[in-house]
Amino acid sequence: MTLASEIVEITLRSLFVSGFAAFIATLIGLPIGVLVGLRKFRGRPLVKGVFNGMMAMPTVALGLILYLLFSQTGPLGFLQLLYSPYAIIVGQAILVVPIMVSITTETIENVDPSIRELALTLGADESGARAAVLRESIGGILLASSASFSRAISELGVALMLGGNIVGLTRILTTAIALETARGEVALGIGLAVVLLVVMLVINVSLRLAEKRVRWWLWQ
Amino acid sequence: MKRERKTLAAIFVVCIVGITTGVVIYTGQTLGKSLLTVSTTTSLFDTGVLDTLKTEYEASHPDIILAFISAGTGIAITHAKNGDADLILVHSPSHEKAFMDEGFGVNRKILAYNFFTIVGPSEDPANISGVDASTALSRIYDYGQSLNSSIWVTRDDNSGTNSKEKQLWAAAGFDYETIKEADWLVSSGTGMGATLRMATELELYTLSDIGTYLKFFADGLIDLQQLVVPSESLLNVYSAIAVNASRVEGARFNLAMDFIAWLVDSSAQETIGNFGLEDYGQALFLPAVGVIESQTSNEIYGWIRSYAFFDYDGTLYECPPPWREGDYGLYQS
Repeated sequence: MTLASEIVEITLRSLFVSGFAAFIATLIGLPIGVLVGLRKFRGRPLVKGVFNGMMAMPTVALGLILYLLFSQTGPLGFLQLLYSPYAIIVGQAILVVPIMVSITTETIENVDPSIRELALTLGADESGARAAVLRESIGGILLASSASFSRAISELGVALMLGGNIVGLTRILTTAIALETARGEVALGIGLAVVLLVVMLVINVSLRLAEKRVRWWLWQ
Repeated sequence: MKRERKTLAAIFVVCIVGITTGVVIYTGQTLGKSLLTVSTTTSLFDTGVLDTLKTEYEASHPDIILAFISAGTGIAITHAKNGDADLILVHSPSHEKAFMDEGFGVNRKILAYNFFTIVGPSEDPANISGVDASTALSRIYDYGQSLNSSIWVTRDDNSGTNSKEKQLWAAAGFDYETIKEADWLVSSGTGMGATLRMATELELYTLSDIGTYLKFFADGLIDLQQLVVPSESLLNVYSAIAVNASRVEGARFNLAMDFIAWLVDSSAQETIGNFGLEDYGQALFLPAVGVIESQTSNEIYGWIRSYAFFDYDGTLYECPPPWREGDYGLYQS
């Protein structure tokens, strides 16, 4: 296999793994974030604080904990996930759920209170007012998803511990960068980092362009 | 409005299609194939020799996927004990002995050897050029004590190279744990490549495996010289050990033994011996199977025997008989 096709393959695998992880994190984190953002309940600062704090989870430590769970001798060993892309996906999803929840919650809370009042004044009921607040938060929710994706695709510890950096199966951009650096292939390591950044720039700019359209549509 | 709704739907569809394609491709890649997981050390993996072996092995065994998991010798052995590897490829006889004594490993086979080397700045302030390892370490110790600034960098990560370093300090009459506290010793806590770069930047001496050193030197990434002469105390021996399936559930013993038998065969041994010749003008690994089989009275056989053979009932064995499982024609005695 040529170098170019190998880089393409690794990049696509990275997008698949981290895209899947961010997708799962969105499915889990968005409802939680919306709930925490909209509802007032006892212990809310505690819940928010825990999710905010979990954003600091060191990836290597999470990788180690999940390795012990997914190991043959571990409680989840029977799933046979270790050293497969699915192990990395689960690990990255767990890693980024706190980001998804935290940003979503914060965005919803910071929507101008007058939006809600305006909706109520205009005759909307409680759920209608909430929908108005959510509509106004779409940019932040999109940011939550794309930030989760960015964090997932740029992390190394989980991918290395759970995927094992197996060529052709679980080698992704960050593990390839780490390997080439250890091997002294500095130029290749930097090249892969540039690929990662360019891909992420393209995706994020496209998302923002899409957001503009979506926002306009939501206010129709 | 329709167009805008489509935009949102398109993002969703792209996600779903991407994810599904990924799952389908991965399933296609692994369907009907067996994964043979080999836990190995970074210094072996980072040279690239295993990639060459993987290509050759998979070409002749299309239903096998060889997966190398590279980590320090310590964690590599932990992987195997947890049942997450089918065989280990390591270079630390003391770790290997413990692994087999605990019942986790069987059918150990010595595959290759080379020499560690002590490298340092070309000015060579401690004047160790051309001496043996023990003398070199004594001079570095004396120089460090008089200097009181950093002169030696240790990996201190319980790797195979690190355990060799401990032995060398002990052989020179120093206690590693004591000198670790000295001001002239820096602990890098990272892999071999990063440690060599640190040694270059800070003008320090260090112990390196020859493979990583030659590769980094040839690529112009480090500016360190090999200073000591290769000798028995710097011998570095690489072996394969199959994980004991009766002790570790799920270990694919038959696949592991098939791979070990292939590694011992002359064509794989030749591949190992030729690796790096072209790029570095010097072999990074020397085949060991022939040396041990011929049992010639040559120096190297004697060195391997006394360094990497295990004592059982007063006799030295590459793999003592109680730790042999099945007959794969690996041993002559």
